[in-house]
Amino acid sequence: MSELLVEGLMVRAGGEIILRGVDLCVRGGEVHAVMGPNGSGKSTLAHVLMGRSGYEVMGGRASLNGVDLLALSPFERAQAGLFLAMQHPTEVPGVSLADLLAEALRASAPGAEKLLAERLAVEAEVLGVPAELLERPVNVDFSGGEQKRGEALQLAVLRPAVAVLDEIDSGLDIDALRHVSRRIERAATEEGLGVLAITHFSRLLSELHADRVHILMRGRIAASGGPELADELERDGYERWSQPEEVAVSLGRLSRRR
Amino acid sequence: MLERFSVAAAAALPGPDWLRCRREGAAAALQGIGFPTAAEEVWRYSPVGEIRSALEQPKGVFPLPEASAERSGKSPPDCRSAAVESVLRRFGKSSGLGVIRNGEVVSVWVDPVAAEDGLEIVPLADAALSTTATDPGLGSVLAEAADDLPDAFGLLNDVFATAPLLVRVRAFARLEHPVLVVNLVDAASSGGVFPRLLVSVGEAAEAQVVDVVCSDSSLLSGTGGSGPLSDDMPSVSSATAHSTAHSAVQSSPQSALVLPVAEMSVGAGARLGYLSIQELDRRATAIANTAAVVGKQGYLNVGLVAVGGSYARLRTDCSLAGRGATGDISAMYFADGSQIHDFRTFQNHVAADTTSNLLFVGAVDDDARSIYSGLIRVGEQARGTDAEQTNRVLKLADGVWAESVPNLEIENNDVRCAHATSVGPIDEAQRFYLESRGVPPEAAERLIVDGYFGEVARRLPVAGLAESMRGLVSAKLHDRHEVPADDLMSADDLTSADGEVPAVDLTSAGDLTSAEGE
Repeated sequence: MSELLVEGLMVRAGGEIILRGVDLCVRGGEVHAVMGPNGSGKSTLAHVLMGRSGYEVMGGRASLNGVDLLALSPFERAQAGLFLAMQHPTEVPGVSLADLLAEALRASAPGAEKLLAERLAVEAEVLGVPAELLERPVNVDFSGGEQKRGEALQLAVLRPAVAVLDEIDSGLDIDALRHVSRRIERAATEEGLGVLAITHFSRLLSELHADRVHILMRGRIAASGGPELADELERDGYERWSQPEEVAVSLGRLSRRR
Repeated sequence: MLERFSVAAAAALPGPDWLRCRREGAAAALQGIGFPTAAEEVWRYSPVGEIRSALEQPKGVFPLPEASAERSGKSPPDCRSAAVESVLRRFGKSSGLGVIRNGEVVSVWVDPVAAEDGLEIVPLADAALSTTATDPGLGSVLAEAADDLPDAFGLLNDVFATAPLLVRVRAFARLEHPVLVVNLVDAASSGGVFPRLLVSVGEAAEAQVVDVVCSDSSLLSGTGGSGPLSDDMPSVSSATAHSTAHSAVQSSPQSALVLPVAEMSVGAGARLGYLSIQELDRRATAIANTAAVVGKQGYLNVGLVAVGGSYARLRTDCSLAGRGATGDISAMYFADGSQIHDFRTFQNHVAADTTSNLLFVGAVDDDARSIYSGLIRVGEQARGTDAEQTNRVLKLADGVWAESVPNLEIENNDVRCAHATSVGPIDEAQRFYLESRGVPPEAAERLIVDGYFGEVARRLPVAGLAESMRGLVSAKLHDRHEVPADDLMSADDLTSADGEVPAVDLTSAGDLTSAEGE
C-alpha cells in the first residue's frame, strides 16, 4: 500500500521559517484534510512536497513508499507517484491539456501515452470537462471552475499514488465541487489513492469525506482527529488552537521533539 | 570606389531595355549613397564592413552575374532536384510554381485551372517570352511597391536582379491553392544572389504566395515532409555550422550573400497572404527587403519564418495607402549557434481608418543574437489608425543577447497605437507546472517553446502550414538536445538553477539539511 510519510518537516522561505516540524502519514485509500488559517503554511507544505523552487528544507523528511522525495527533482517526484493539484494552476500558452498529458504519460512508462485517448474520454465525461477544453492551452483563460476540473482530470488520468490537493475547492461552484470530490473519493476507495487535501474551509469536507483532519497552525500540526474535528472547527474557528506559547517555539525544541 | 557597381557595369548586364534602364538608375543611386558602415546605428550589428570589402575585391568571393553569353553557357539546373521535391512535398497542392536557382529563373509552371482563373507567373527579363517583350506594362510594375528601395542592399538587388519574377493575379480572381516560389541557393557555390519577386494582386482578388529561400542542403533540416537528399548534395557539417557571422564572410569562400527583394501590391478590396520562409545554411549572409502597398479596403497578411543564415536581416515595409486597408505582419524566428537575426519593420499608416497588427515571436539560444526594431508611422491623413506591435523573445541560454526597440511616429491625434515587448527566459512557473505532472525537463522545455510559437503560427497566412512552420522552428530545439555533453549540462543547470537540492546532496539531502537545522 502507498504511504506518504512526512516527519519533522521544517521549511524556510524568504528568510522566514514557515513550517516548524510537520508530521503526517497518508496511506493509500485514506483521505486526510489539512486545515488552517491564512499564513499557517498550508500552501508551503503542498509546494515543498512537490519540490517547487524558493523553499529551503531545513530539516525533516518526506518520503513516498520509502523513496526520499526531497532528493528528487519535481518530475521525479511525480514519476514516483506524487501529484499536486495547484491552488492557482499555471497558464501555459500554446500547450494543451491533451499534449501535456500525452507527454506526462509517455515519460511515466514507454507506450503509456496510448492509454491517453480512452482515459481522457472517460474522465472528461465523469468530471464534466468539455472536449473543447482539452485542446485549449492549459489554464489560459480558464474559469476558476475549469482550472480545478482540469487539475482533477489530470489527477484522474495520471493515476498517482498520493495526491496533494491545494485548495481544490476554491473557485468551484457546488456542482463542480461535487463532481471533483466524487471522482477523488472513488480514486481513494477503488484505486487506492492517498489524498492530502489542503483547505481553508470545511465546505470541501461536506463533499470530500476525510478520514483524518489535521489543523495546521503557524507551521505545525496543532491537532489531529477524525471528521468531527472539522465540525468543531466550523463551530469554534481556529482561535482555540492558536495558543500564545506556541508562537515562540524554538528550533531546538522542535529538533528534540523530532 | 564601388567600380564593380558602376553605371556602365550595370548597363552591360543582359535583359530588356527597360530593365537595363532601371539598373543604370539604381547603380547611379548606389554610387550616390555609397555603402553603409557598421558605425551607422541601423547597421550596428551587421557585418557590412566584411561584406563591402568582399564585394570590392577584384575577384571577390561574390562572383556577380555577368554577360549573358556566359550565363547561357551553363546548363540550367534540373528543377526537379531533391531540394525542390522536398519543398513541394511540404506544401502540397499549388496553383503555380516558380523555381529560381542562384537568382536565375529555372522553371515556371502554372496550373491550367489557376491560369484560367487569372494567375500569371512571368519571368520579367526573359526575352524569349514574347508576351513579356510586347507587354509595355510589365516594365512599370516592377517597383510598384518598392519604388524607393531603402538601402544599398536593396539597390544592389535593383542593379543585379537579372531575373525578376512577377506573380500577377487578375482582378476578382480567387486562387484555390498557394503559389510557390522556391529560391535555391547552392550551398557549395559562392556568389551574390539577388532574388526579386513582385506579387501583384488585382482588385478584389484573393491569393496566397509562399516564398521560400533556402540553401540546397538546408532542406535536410526541414519538417516531416522533407525527404532525404541525394548523395551528391553537399551537407553542412556541424563544425562549420557554428562559425561566427563575421568569420563566415571573411574566411569561407563558400558563403553566399543573398540580397532578396520582394514587393507586394495589393489592390482595392484584394486579399493577399504572403509567407516568406528563410532556411539558408548557417554560412550564408542575407539582407532582405520586403515592401508592400495595400490599397483601399485591401488586406495583406505577411508571415515571416526565419531559421537560417549567419547574419540574416529582414526589413519589412508595409504601407497602408488606401482607406480602410489592413496589414498584419507575423514572424517566428529561432537563432542559435552564433546566428544573428535582425528584423526591421515599418507599419506605415498613410490613409485613414487603416489597421495594422504586428506580432513577432522569436527564440535565441547558445550565443545567438536577435534584434527587433519596429516603427509605427502614422501620417497626417491617417486618422482612425489602429496599430499594434508586439515583439516577444525567449532567451534559452545565458549567452544570448536580444534587443527589442519599438518606435512610434504619429502625426494625427485620432489614432490608437499600442506596442509591447518582452524579452526573457522560460517561465519557471510554467516549467514547474509541467514537471509536477511528471514531464522531464527537456520535454517540458520543448512543450513550452512549441507552445510559445503556437499563437503566432496560427496567425501565419496559408492555412494548414501552422504546424509545419512550428515544427520547422522547434526542430532547432530538438537538435539542441542531441548535441554535446556540455550543452546537456547547461540544460540541467537551467532546471535546477534555483535548485533546492544541489547535485552533491542528492543522496543525503535529508541528513545535511537536518544537520543544518540543529
